[in-house]
Amino acid sequence: MIPLTYYLVISAVLFAMGVLGVLIRRNPLIIFMSVELMLNAANLAFVAFTRAFNVLNGQIFVFFVMTVSAAEVAVGLALIVVIFRTKHSIDVDLMSALKG
Amino acid sequence: MLLSEVSNTGFFHLVPLIVFFPVIGLLINIIFGGLMKEKVIGWLASAASGLAFVVSVLLAVALSGAHGEAQVIPFAEWIRIGTLNIPWNFRVDTLSVTMMLVVSGVGTLIHIYAIGYMHEDVRFKDDPGRFRRFFVFLNLFIAMMMILVSGDSYLMLFVGWEGVGLCSFLLIGFWYDKDTLGRPSFANAEAAKKAFVVNRIGDFGFILAALTMFWAFGSLQFGDVFGKAAEVAHAMPGVVIAITLFMLIGVTGKSAQIPLFVWLPDAMAGPTPVSALIHAATMVTAGVYLVARSAPLYTLVPQAQYIVALVGAVTALFAATIAVGQYDIKKVLAYSTISQLGFMVAAVGMGAFVAGMFHLVMHAFFKALLFLSAGSVILGLERGHHHLSHHEGHPSTTLRAGSEHEGKHEDAEPVEAFDPGDMRNMGGLRKQMPVTFWLYLIGTLALAGIFPLAGFWSKDEILADAQLHYPLVFILLTIAAFFTAFYMGRQIWMVFFGKARHDAAAHAEESKPIITVPLMVLAGLSILGGALNLPYLHTFTNWLGHTLGGEGAAAAEGAAHTVEAAPWYVLGGLNLAVAGLSTLLALVAIYLSWLIYGRKPLAAGQKDPLKKALGFIFTGMERKWFVDEIYWAAFVNRYVDLARFLADVIDGRFWHDWFHDKVLAGTYNWLSRIALDKVIDTRGIDAFFNGLGELTKRASASLRRLQNGFVRSYALAVLFGVVVILGYLLMK
Repeated sequence: MIPLTYYLVISAVLFAMGVLGVLIRRNPLIIFMSVELMLNAANLAFVAFTRAFNVLNGQIFVFFVMTVSAAEVAVGLALIVVIFRTKHSIDVDLMSALKG
Repeated sequence: MLLSEVSNTGFFHLVPLIVFFPVIGLLINIIFGGLMKEKVIGWLASAASGLAFVVSVLLAVALSGAHGEAQVIPFAEWIRIGTLNIPWNFRVDTLSVTMMLVVSGVGTLIHIYAIGYMHEDVRFKDDPGRFRRFFVFLNLFIAMMMILVSGDSYLMLFVGWEGVGLCSFLLIGFWYDKDTLGRPSFANAEAAKKAFVVNRIGDFGFILAALTMFWAFGSLQFGDVFGKAAEVAHAMPGVVIAITLFMLIGVTGKSAQIPLFVWLPDAMAGPTPVSALIHAATMVTAGVYLVARSAPLYTLVPQAQYIVALVGAVTALFAATIAVGQYDIKKVLAYSTISQLGFMVAAVGMGAFVAGMFHLVMHAFFKALLFLSAGSVILGLERGHHHLSHHEGHPSTTLRAGSEHEGKHEDAEPVEAFDPGDMRNMGGLRKQMPVTFWLYLIGTLALAGIFPLAGFWSKDEILADAQLHYPLVFILLTIAAFFTAFYMGRQIWMVFFGKARHDAAAHAEESKPIITVPLMVLAGLSILGGALNLPYLHTFTNWLGHTLGGEGAAAAEGAAHTVEAAPWYVLGGLNLAVAGLSTLLALVAIYLSWLIYGRKPLAAGQKDPLKKALGFIFTGMERKWFVDEIYWAAFVNRYVDLARFLADVIDGRFWHDWFHDKVLAGTYNWLSRIALDKVIDTRGIDAFFNGLGELTKRASASLRRLQNGFVRSYALAVLFGVVVILGYLLMK
């Protein structure tokens, strides 16, 4: 069989790449994609643990994560559309009205 | 029988009344005087004094019944501190009763005289409301003088001593805001101040004597001191000499001897009854009384006695020379008083206490007579002046205007400066004022010592004693007696003979009986007074001998009681040689004065004939040998300089300008402005609190940069937080 560690390493790498994308990219769509990437990395980790310990808890949790991410993306995309209507741009660096 | 029994004990207990009758009189005048008429005020005061005289007579009667034994009547407790006990006791002995009789007797006559005199004077000076004040002060004086002579201790004597000094001040400065003619002037207040200050110097001597006495004897009561006198003198002779000489300073102050006599001529600024009562008959004799009372002390120290006698004799001659050159009628009498007091002081200094007291009593009679008659003369001139300005309506002509008051100020009124007391304004008054003339003449002859008037007996007793033991004193006193007769003669010729030198004198009027009757009584006493101590009888010597023991009598009758037979010319104590010499000199002096002033009477404006004859000597006499000028230059101005130095330099420049303003205020200002404000407040406290604010500002400024509004940085912060927490949980 493939050792659990491999799966976890991949999960970690994917997560890191997702974090990087959130921090670095300016386009909110890309940021959302990165967030999806992070969530999926977490999903991968869950499934890997399920397979490794032969329990079902992880797989059920994956369904929750997927649902949440879908809802979140819907809301997020709606927000982006509204923002674009006012600001005519979706560069996140331009959205600094909460600057103190 | 019953009277003598009562008198032996009962009358002595009346003695406090001699003080309290005058006190009651003055209280009634103070409280009710505003409602009473002038006559009532005056007669009430005279009655108070008269009742004191009655009590004195009763005391004298009781005393003679008790064979002259001294009585001490306790009256009140005064000071009681631990073992120190100084009570207020009255002493009734022959010496104090003599003084009481003189003071209250002459005092009552002067009170009566003053009713008439002050009635005219307050109207001449245009201030009738002041009449009451005069009699209040006069009664106060009598009360104080009685305390002086009746005290049983040196402290009670001093209470009276100070009290009469106060009354002298009050009465000299009675017209404190007006001069002789009623114009505004403070000359009288200055004279009163001078009297008080000079007297104070004498009082200082007295206080030193009292303190030394208390230290040496432990008590100030006469009985205690005189009892221990001999042993203290034996153990510490210097102390007794010190006490007696300190007392001499007090005597020179109160009895106007050298060097403290300068107040008495200025005291003539007071009304004439004051001059008569205080400065002739009573207050000034307090010094003589003091020495006579202290006889037991003085007889133990012959060195001090000689000094006292010398002071008296020199003063007698000095003052007599000054009197020759005076133009004011009262000033002549003032210097005469100083001179006669010199006689008295010399007498008691020599140990002839009886002679001194005898002269004191005689002098009281004829000097009061002279002063009061001079007052009558002055009133006469004031009346004449009043008549002129009323009836003729134009200023009176005079070639000789008033003396010391005129000169510098312009008179807006038509009345020019006219001094009613200046003898150069008088002349020929024996026609206008005959009664006054005869009374004045009697006083003059008594003073000059013409047989058989009072002065002859007393003065010759003094001269006889001097001739026996003190030749220098005898010479000085005899020359003084010569001058005495001379200046009195000069006065008589200038005032009463010749022609009037001023219209006021030409229109002078005689005084009313209320003024002349007391004078007649005094004249009678001046004529008959000698009977008090005639040769062979020696009534007064025996009377005083009860108190003064053998001391007073021995000196008076020295020649008669010596072992060898008295020389032929001494009859019963009267030394005919001395008496004859002094009478001869007096007659020569009067003749001389007639030659100069009587034969060719002075015309108006003429200078004194002696001026040409004696030149600068007469100027010295006229200007009282410049004593006042010397005192001013040597003492008074130096004191003023010192006071000015202390005020301007020490107090002003040093204390205020430098210390207060520069040091204290400057330090305080520096402290508050620079030290506290600039340094501590600004740089310290402000900096601290400003720093805190600055710190907060900077901290917030730097922390504010976290909130940059960028989502990505917020996301990074979240990531950091997660990493930290995970790390912590993993490391745990």
